[in-house]
Amino acid sequence: MIWVNDVLQGILLGGLYALFAAGLSLVFGVMRLVNLAHGDFSIMAAYIALAIVGSLNINPFYTIVLVMIIMGIFGYIIQRGLFNFAMDAGPMQAILATFGIAIIIQNLLLEGFTANSKGLDAGSIENAFIRISDQVVIGWFPLITLIASVVVLLGLQIFLGRTRLGRAFRATADNQRAAQLMGIDNRHLYGMAMAFALAIVAIGGVFIGIRTTFSPSAGPLRLIFAYEAVIIGGLGSLWGTLVGGIVLGIAQVMGDHIQQGWGMLVGHFVFLAILAFRPQGLFAKQVQ
Amino acid sequence: MATPIKVERYTKSSRIALPVTAVVIIVAATIPAWGSSNIMKQGVTFLTLLALAQMWNLLAGYAGLVSVGQQAFVGIGAYSLWVFSEKVGINPFLCVPLAGAVAALFAFPTAGLAFRLRGGYFAVGTWVISEVYRLLVTQTSWLGGGSGVSINKAVQIAPSTREAVVFWWALGVAVGAIALVYLVLRSRRGIALTAIRDDEIGARSLGVNVLRSKLWVFILAAFGTGATGAVIYLNLLRLQPEAGFSLQWSVLMIFAVVIGGLGTIEGPIIGAIIFFVLQQLLADYGTWYLILLGALAALVVVFARRGVWGTFARRWPVDLLPLRRRLCLETVCFTEEAPPAAPTTASTPPEIPGAAESEDTQGTDV
Repeated sequence: MIWVNDVLQGILLGGLYALFAAGLSLVFGVMRLVNLAHGDFSIMAAYIALAIVGSLNINPFYTIVLVMIIMGIFGYIIQRGLFNFAMDAGPMQAILATFGIAIIIQNLLLEGFTANSKGLDAGSIENAFIRISDQVVIGWFPLITLIASVVVLLGLQIFLGRTRLGRAFRATADNQRAAQLMGIDNRHLYGMAMAFALAIVAIGGVFIGIRTTFSPSAGPLRLIFAYEAVIIGGLGSLWGTLVGGIVLGIAQVMGDHIQQGWGMLVGHFVFLAILAFRPQGLFAKQVQ
Repeated sequence: MATPIKVERYTKSSRIALPVTAVVIIVAATIPAWGSSNIMKQGVTFLTLLALAQMWNLLAGYAGLVSVGQQAFVGIGAYSLWVFSEKVGINPFLCVPLAGAVAALFAFPTAGLAFRLRGGYFAVGTWVISEVYRLLVTQTSWLGGGSGVSINKAVQIAPSTREAVVFWWALGVAVGAIALVYLVLRSRRGIALTAIRDDEIGARSLGVNVLRSKLWVFILAAFGTGATGAVIYLNLLRLQPEAGFSLQWSVLMIFAVVIGGLGTIEGPIIGAIIFFVLQQLLADYGTWYLILLGALAALVVVFARRGVWGTFARRWPVDLLPLRRRLCLETVCFTEEAPPAAPTTASTPPEIPGAAESEDTQGTDV
């Protein structure tokens, strides 16, 4: 039974990772950009939520919409102001520009909020749980996180399939030049893609801020988890990111169960095993 | 009548630069005789930064491998230093090349996994693998676990001797790194690398084994980075997995190379100087120097992607090291185009280089 609980907790944790991975996957899918600042953007969102909670004194859940809007606008601006030019300069230049931004964000947060760990207090919901049996307990908050990530992915799927902008995203992902010839302004589109990605990552940032504490240097690890979820699930697969996140989550929970402190390492091993034996991921759309 | 054709490497500037460089190195080597302990410590910091930057430039600038996981080899080099000096009992000063060799060994499995990924995914992949090494060291009590170790055998050596030898080693790895990149680029493999840098698909079609060339560069860079890691920790003397495998090492190398100029030997030297000077000037203001350098790097990479040196060398055709070949017909010489820093890891079609840019013609002393 204890293993059942591990798997359940892993699935719930995977929901959180999928929230980070979806944004990373969207940006890569639409504009072939690997955003090394992705994790730091999520930490930035958590600090924005912290600042709002501090000044308005409200439950962090209510800040989500505002943080999403702020991060979305920020994403659009940084894409059009810097990353678009970086992508013009070349793919390597684009990666390096996002790396520069990552380091800037980490250190600005460090100067602004010190290196101390902070947390978002969501009240009693944080500790509420459903007891299924003595050994199987589901926390309400992790459950809400998983539901939120399924809702986000579902929303993203409907958005990509049914709306005009979503179709423009897919057209650009398939063939950027042809899409441009059809009248799609790709600079604006890239801005919108980054805005959507950062709005999604804002949800993840606030949720993980409630779940655990965070500090300015926590960004890179978030990026790594999101990235592992994307690769495990398979590049370009929306629901693959959820499965990838869940596989990673289960591996981490079980690893920590076997020996304290081994969770992250086991998660990395699963990722490396996928890389070695199934580099296209579990649900790849096409073989790379 | 056949026109006499000559291929030249040396320019006026490189003829002057080489003896000047030799003098600078000789003067630097005498620093332990007259410099203070502080100068030597700062010197080690600068020279090891220079060596790391050269190695990262070899990777990214010439083989198109943007690794964000080179801290793996700094850490492995540093821990090799500890193992060889404490556990095996070798003189710590002799451990530097051994540390490089161990790092080169670890480069094989690292490349085996990371080379399955391209572009940005390769970057994060190397980062994950470096995290794996860090976590493994943290979990291994034989290596001191998470609390780290001290390089005791080096601590026991008289400080004046230690500081001098460490300084010479730092000078050695810095000059060695430059010489290594220079020799690699002048070799047959170097020509292949230059071709890959300029156009990977084109190079492949001419019969260049791209994968093997990249693997070769990855291993060489791991060797240099590992040896430098050992020198860094001969200077710092206290080693923890968090610090040895810190992302900070990648930040140093990447910022120095990007600001100085990707794909040139001179670029990382200029970049290391800029990095070091800003770090010293802003030492009292926390991490603001990193924010400034990050902004500088992001702007340079986007708006002046040849970096400080590349932009400079484009305007005034100056070479400090004779690397580029020039085709000389009687009295006129045509220089190879300056490095275009073309995308090499791209999945997108290669750029068409600014086609009809007129070559700089230079007067020569044929």
